[in-house]
Amino acid sequence: MRDFSYLRATSVDAARQAAALPGAMLLAGGTTLIDLAKCGVAEPDTLVDITHLKGLDRIEIDERGAIIGALARMGHVADHDDIKSRFPAISEALWQAASAQIRNMATIGGNLMQRTRCPYFRDPSNFSACNKRVSGSGCSAIGGVTRGHAVLGTSDACIAMYPGDLATVLVAFDATVRLGDRHIRVDDFFLLPGTTPDREHAIEPGEMITAIEIPSSAAAHRSTYLKVRDRQSYEFAAASAAVGLELESDGRTIRDLRVALGGVATKPWRARAVEAALKGKVLEPEAVRAASLLAVEGAVDHGANHYKIELAPRVVARAILKMGETA
Amino acid sequence: MTVHNIRHGDAFDGGADAVGGRLSRVDGPAKITGAAKYAVEQQLKGLTYAALVESTIASGKVRAIDSKAAEAAPGVLKVLTPDTIISLRSASDWFGTPPPDKPYCPLARDITFSGQHVAAVVAETFEQAVAAAALVKVSYDETPAIVDLSDGKAGDGIPVDAMTKEWGDASAAFASAPVRICAAYNTPREYQAPMEPHGLIARWEGDHLTVWEPSQWLDGMARTYAEWFAVPFENVRLVSPYVGGGFGSKALALSHGAIAASAAKMLGRPVRLVMTRPQTFTSYGGRAATRQTVTIGADRDGMIQSIVHRGVNETSIDGMWVEPLGSVTSIMYATPNFSSKQNVVRVNSVVPGAMRAPGENPSAFGIESAIDELAYEVGIDPLEIRLKNYAEQDPHAKKAWSTRQLREAFAAGAERFGWARRTAEPRSMRDGNQLIGWGVAAGTYPVRRAYGEAMVRILADGSVEVESSSIDMGQGTYTILAQTAAETVGVSADDVVVKLGDSRFPRAGVTGGSRLAGVMTGAVHKAATSALDQLIGLAISDPRSPFHTLQANTLVVANGRIGSPRGDGPDVSIAELLKSIGRDRIEATGDTMPANSTAEDRYKNYTTIAMALPHTEGDYSRHSWCAHFVEVRVDEDFGTVRVSRVVSALDSGRLYNPKLAESQWKGGIIMGIGQALLEEGIVDRRHGRIVNNNLADYLVPTNADVPEIEVISVGIPDLHSSVLGGKGVGELAIVGMAPAIANAVFHATGKRIRDLPITLEKLI
Ligand SMILES: Cc1cc2nc3c(=O)[nH]c(=O)nc-3n(C[C@H](O)[C@H](O)[C@H](O)COP(=O)(O)OP(=O)(O)OC[C@H]3O[C@@H](n4cnc5c(N)ncnc54)[C@H](O)[C@@H]3O)c2cc1C
Ligand code: SF4
Repeated sequence: MRDFSYLRATSVDAARQAAALPGAMLLAGGTTLIDLAKCGVAEPDTLVDITHLKGLDRIEIDERGAIIGALARMGHVADHDDIKSRFPAISEALWQAASAQIRNMATIGGNLMQRTRCPYFRDPSNFSACNKRVSGSGCSAIGGVTRGHAVLGTSDACIAMYPGDLATVLVAFDATVRLGDRHIRVDDFFLLPGTTPDREHAIEPGEMITAIEIPSSAAAHRSTYLKVRDRQSYEFAAASAAVGLELESDGRTIRDLRVALGGVATKPWRARAVEAALKGKVLEPEAVRAASLLAVEGAVDHGANHYKIELAPRVVARAILKMGETA
Repeated sequence: MTVHNIRHGDAFDGGADAVGGRLSRVDGPAKITGAAKYAVEQQLKGLTYAALVESTIASGKVRAIDSKAAEAAPGVLKVLTPDTIISLRSASDWFGTPPPDKPYCPLARDITFSGQHVAAVVAETFEQAVAAAALVKVSYDETPAIVDLSDGKAGDGIPVDAMTKEWGDASAAFASAPVRICAAYNTPREYQAPMEPHGLIARWEGDHLTVWEPSQWLDGMARTYAEWFAVPFENVRLVSPYVGGGFGSKALALSHGAIAASAAKMLGRPVRLVMTRPQTFTSYGGRAATRQTVTIGADRDGMIQSIVHRGVNETSIDGMWVEPLGSVTSIMYATPNFSSKQNVVRVNSVVPGAMRAPGENPSAFGIESAIDELAYEVGIDPLEIRLKNYAEQDPHAKKAWSTRQLREAFAAGAERFGWARRTAEPRSMRDGNQLIGWGVAAGTYPVRRAYGEAMVRILADGSVEVESSSIDMGQGTYTILAQTAAETVGVSADDVVVKLGDSRFPRAGVTGGSRLAGVMTGAVHKAATSALDQLIGLAISDPRSPFHTLQANTLVVANGRIGSPRGDGPDVSIAELLKSIGRDRIEATGDTMPANSTAEDRYKNYTTIAMALPHTEGDYSRHSWCAHFVEVRVDEDFGTVRVSRVVSALDSGRLYNPKLAESQWKGGIIMGIGQALLEEGIVDRRHGRIVNNNLADYLVPTNADVPEIEVISVGIPDLHSSVLGGKGVGELAIVGMAPAIANAVFHATGKRIRDLPITLEKLI
């Protein structure tokens, strides 16, 4: 890690101005940023600490939805009573993310912005080729160790998986990222790698996440996050699904369904084909399993990550069926 | 050196102080409160910091090292390269084999693995050293690497004749056997991953070197440092008061130690060098990757006629590590015909090393999986087939077991587990989406013995001090030595202070192979007995003693008081007695070496493993034994395996402290869960480099992965194994866990996984 200067922001505007300068980066909980600085991936000249900004850690909930401040801690949001009752998938996703210690430090804004776990991305001294780090340098992962890499949304330039759990839920429930006055849908906030994997978010220098906003819906109210992994805790998803379900008054016909996948794609992945195939249908296991296969339409594997293509639809189906069982 | 306030065990543990009592770890409070100072936490005046530069290729030569930018960087004191580092002498290996008469350079010009140390930077601060290390530019001439065992260039390897074990005619018996099993079992590279990373502080004062370093073997490492720097053994002091886990990896002085000590000498200032977590995957070896084929010929009743075993393990290009893969295969079951052979294959990796039960651990994965396969083949319960083929004596050494409570272990474990309720068919037990499987496997570890030395001192206030250069890496040396001294002298453990981890104390051999407790309790017992004899002798003979007129043959000491055996006459405290006879202390050093041992023998015993006694010495074959019963739940859609219940019954002979032994066993079982389900060093085949070299990606079990574990002691005192009757504890319990889990997974799913770890993609 090389020397950098540290600046404690006193207002959102000051933070944005400071962060607009070349080499400056926002520092929230630091659980991603400090780690990447130690790996030699992040080389900030200035860290702009935003954790002392007042009011940005608020969680506001009314009948329209929830607004979660960018500085709210993961653990705090996971444990929030109204989040648990009205957006259970958000709480479940956060509980299953990282470890208790990290959740106590990490913020919601930082969580959305976390970087990929691609081992080649994280080891610049051994692997100089990484298009995400240095545009045009190549991709070390393709042809290498790919067990954790994406099968959806990949490009020839990059196959890195987006590892976050929370954003998977957010994309399922049409949440919005607030960059001050500019609001942008989560689905549009995360970018596909295409030919520019170094550009991951629709955020400009000098912009800062101030909050996320999740509209209320019956589906969000009846929602879950199912995360599958080899280790029971403290591991990123092999595959995960955020699912919300609303049934007609007959209690069996699907009125609204939200499905998003985690652990398998280059960005939080909304599975609209699954939703479309099941909306208006009666919820029954055969149909759910068949429709869930659509979640991985167009998936491409790179050898060791092939299992994700098998696994993801099963996770989706289990999550939908589990929601069907809850009254 | 360390002083602890003793914490007693649970309120109901009567007699916790004595050997066999459940005294809680005496070092526990210091560790929990942060008062315990680990080796590299010493604050020294003038301390400097070193950072390593590692090779980024797996095979080739260093063409040039450009260190100009690093030298010019702020705070940098020195850049060490193969050209600038001082020349060291080669040191002998751990058998004490005299080294070749040539220089040793801990920085490599010839690269044989990725992550090899090629240079080091020393600076005024840690941050400056790390920043400057990134500026060192190394260029290479790269050559193709042999990546791992499956590399086409790896070949069949080198036969290790010393590993060959044969009796009868195994291949003929196999050919004519009515039932035949033949399968290949693989284990990957695994890593010790201790919480405390490796590192040291080295300081020179003239030609005296002090090294603060976590160590499983102070005297062995001191010898290596002394030989490297060509100074007398006595000039090197190793200090290692606490060790944050070693699992085999901290027994030897390694190249990073040579680099730091060289830098300290060159600069004339103390140097601190601590590995980063990624460096702990390449600076020393984990468990070697292994391949085994096990063939079993049996009759239709499941009686084994023949076992043919072939094993291969990885070693490095220029180092030799043999992981004895036939060790369990050759003793677990009675068979009239047997053949085991082993090769080692050179690959471009750091030389593998010792990791909890080296040899026995992968060996058991092979044979304990294969016998399970045989059980299904002949339709016999997996527990019954093990009893059927029970080895009544050591089938290889053809000697009686000193003690073998394995039958008792099977019985006790099966009873607590409820094994009788098991349904035989795979996939016959389920709970919703969860397939449930029950598996059993046995484990064993030889009793490794050596000689020990200790000093016991009875002080004027009646308290007792014990000194030894042995160490406590969490397994409980401080505690059981306090218990041993307390019981032998006749005081409470509160009144015993144990000082360890300083090579100035009476010497000790390696803390490895589960031998230390047996060795050191014997040594402390001997030293304490001789201190007690002196005390009683003085009490009887000294004219100033209140017992002088009693004309007694002997006296007894209990609870810190001395009296006559029949309770008549005076009753005084040890302190009062010492005061009355005008002594401020009584001191005795005892060792368990044979009486005619020379000084050279002693040096050899403490600084090499050459004097270790074979476990089959004399008339007996000495081993610890265990039986694991495991329940797994496998999600039939996701392939995820969770261990939901473990009952293990273990024979470690007499337990010096059951509470600590149970913790060691449970630790081994948990590590076995990791080995079975999670742990694997993943190699990038193009670069020959481990890519999951951190604890987010190299997975070990979390609390959530660990179910209720029940451990049952079925051991009886084994006086052929140690002075006080204990056998080995620390390594035993990991042996057999991985096959028990794999066997349970087969019972749950009908899928036999022969490649560890059993990750979800292997089951979906
Ligand atoms: C070992 C480990 C395991 C983990 N496991 C999981 C897991 O299972 N699931 C999961 O979802 N996550 C996991 N994480 C990731 C963890 O959740 C993130 O590190 C954390 O949420 C980041 O939050 P932070 O506040 O610490 O961000 P920081 O590290 O402070 O910042 C991260 C990035 O976001 C930027 N940033 C921060 N705040 C803002 C803002 N308001 N506006 C714009 N940019 C901003 C920073 O400049 C930086 O680039 C894991 C992390 C580790 C280290
Ligand atoms: S997958 Fe993406 S992040 Fe990983 S090495 Fe390739 S370009 Fe870099």
